[in-house]
Amino acid sequence: MGKVWIIARRELASFFDSLIAYVMIILFLGLSGFFTWLFGNNIFLINQASLGVFFGIAFWTLFFFIPAITMKMLAEETRSGTIELLATKAISDGQIVMGKFLACLILVAIALACTLPYYITVSQLGEVDHGGIIGGYLGLLFLSAAYISIGLFASSITNNQIVAFLLALFIGIFFQVLFDVMGTSFRGAIGSTLGYLSMRAHFESLSRGVLDSRDLIYFLSITAIGLLFSQTMLSRRNWQG
Amino acid sequence: MSIVVENLTKKYGEQKAVNNISFKIETGEVVGFLGPNGAGKSTTMKMITCYMAPTSGNVELEGLSIHNDEDEIKKKIGYLPENNPLYLDMPIIDYLRFSAEIQGVPKKNIPERIAEMVETCGLQVEKHKKIGELSKGYRQRVGLAQAMIHNPEVLVLDEPTTGLDPNQIIEIRKLIKQLGKEKTVILSSHILSEVEATCDRILIINKGRIVADGTSSTLRSQAQGQELIVAEIGGADTETARKALLGLASVEKVDILENNSKQLTIQSKPEASSKKAVFDLCVEKGWYLLELRSIETRLEDVFRELTN
Repeated sequence: MGKVWIIARRELASFFDSLIAYVMIILFLGLSGFFTWLFGNNIFLINQASLGVFFGIAFWTLFFFIPAITMKMLAEETRSGTIELLATKAISDGQIVMGKFLACLILVAIALACTLPYYITVSQLGEVDHGGIIGGYLGLLFLSAAYISIGLFASSITNNQIVAFLLALFIGIFFQVLFDVMGTSFRGAIGSTLGYLSMRAHFESLSRGVLDSRDLIYFLSITAIGLLFSQTMLSRRNWQG
Repeated sequence: MSIVVENLTKKYGEQKAVNNISFKIETGEVVGFLGPNGAGKSTTMKMITCYMAPTSGNVELEGLSIHNDEDEIKKKIGYLPENNPLYLDMPIIDYLRFSAEIQGVPKKNIPERIAEMVETCGLQVEKHKKIGELSKGYRQRVGLAQAMIHNPEVLVLDEPTTGLDPNQIIEIRKLIKQLGKEKTVILSSHILSEVEATCDRILIINKGRIVADGTSSTLRSQAQGQELIVAEIGGADTETARKALLGLASVEKVDILENNSKQLTIQSKPEASSKKAVFDLCVEKGWYLLELRSIETRLEDVFRELTN
C-alpha cells in the first residue's frame, strides 16, 4: 500500500501543478451546475427536492471527463520512457497501475465533494431522500472507478494520449449506452446479459438509494478487470517478442 | 556485488537482440559494454535491471536471481536508462524524494540522502528548478542522482555521456571513476575513448554476442599480432633504404608510408622485433635515423576489426 500511495501522491501533485485538476473541477462544476440549476429540465421545473437531475448530468459529464484525466497516465510514461525508470525501481507493475488508479479516483472524489453545496441547498428547499443522495454519490464513485480502469486500460495499450482518450470513450460508450440499447433489441438470455452489462441500470438503482450487492459486484468486477488488463498490457514488455 | 550472467537471450520476433551471452563481473569492477548501435547493449542492461524478462537465461546478483528476487535486485541496482527519461514537470528535490521513497530508503534518512546527492552530482546551484527547466548536462546529473539515491551496490548506466559537451563529459567520467572505487559499475557506450578512460574491463558486443572481453591493453595486444614500426632514414634515397631493410632477417614487409615521403612502415615477422636491426643497419651503412617509432593498434582498429 505504501508504494501505491507514493505513486498516487505524485500523480495528484502533478494534476494540481499542471492545472489539469483545476480545469477539470471547474468544468465539471460549471457543466453540471448549469444543467442542474439553470437550463432545460432543471431542478426547479421538476418541483421536487431531489438531486436526481444532478446525478443524471454527472453520469454524462464524468463519462467525458474521466478519459481526459486517464489518457496520459500510462501512455505518457511509455512515450517519454519514464516507465523504464519507474519499472526498474522497487515497485511492481501492479502497484504502478493501482497508484495511478487511486490518484484518478481521488481527483474525481474531490470534484464530487465540491458539489456537496448542491446537497445542502436542496435539503434546505424541502424534504430530501438522504439515502437516495448518498446512494447517488456512491453510484457516481463506483461508476467513476469503472471508467477510470477502462481509461487506464486504453492508456496502457498506446503511447499516444489522443488515441487513449478516444479509445476510452469508444469502450465506454458501450457501457454507457450501447449495451442498454442492444439489451432491449435482443430477446432472451443475450438481451438480459447485454442489459446487465449496461452501467445505466446499475447506476440508477444505486441512485434510488437501493444498495444491491449485484450492482456493487458489477462495478467492482469491471474495475478489477480493467485494472488487471492494464497491468497485463503494462507488463507485455516481458513476454512480447 | 558480483553479477553472473548465464546464457542470456532475448528475442524480438525472429531476431535475437541478445544471443546467448554469458559473463561474470566481480565486485568493484567498472565494466564497459562497447558495441555499435543496435548490438544488444541496452537490451542486456534492461534484463539485468529487471525491466524486461529474458527469453531464456538468467542473471544473478550475489545469488539473487532476476526470476525470483526481482524486488531485492531492484533495490540493489541504480539505473540510468538511455536518453535519460525524467518527469519534466517535477522539481528536482521532489523527484529525488519520490525516487528515494519508492526505493524504500527509510524516511528519516531521505533528507540526508538528497543533500548528499545534490552535493555529489553538483546540483547545488539549480536545485530549486523544475527538471524541465534544466540544461541537458544538469538533467544527466539528476539522472545519476536518482540512480544513486538509495546507495545501490551496482550502477547500470546506459550511455551516460551522450549529448554532453566535452567539459561535462570529463566531469561525468570523473564521477564514474570515483564511484567505481566502491561500487560495481556497468556502463555502455559506442565511444571508444570513453570506455578506455573509465573502465577496468571492456566487453565488446556485436550482433547480440560478446566478441571480445578484457582490459583495453589486452584487447590491443591481442589484435596487434605483428610489430609495426615507422622509420625515416636520412642519407639514402628511399628506395635504396627500402631494399636494404627488406634484406634484414626479422623484416617481413616494407612500404613507403605516403607518396614522396621518406617515411617507411616496417612490418616484422611474427614474434620478432626489428628495431635494433634497423638501427644497426643504419650505423653500418652510415645513414642516420630521423624517426623510429612503433605504431600502437588503437582501440578503434580493434573495434572495427571485431564488429565489421
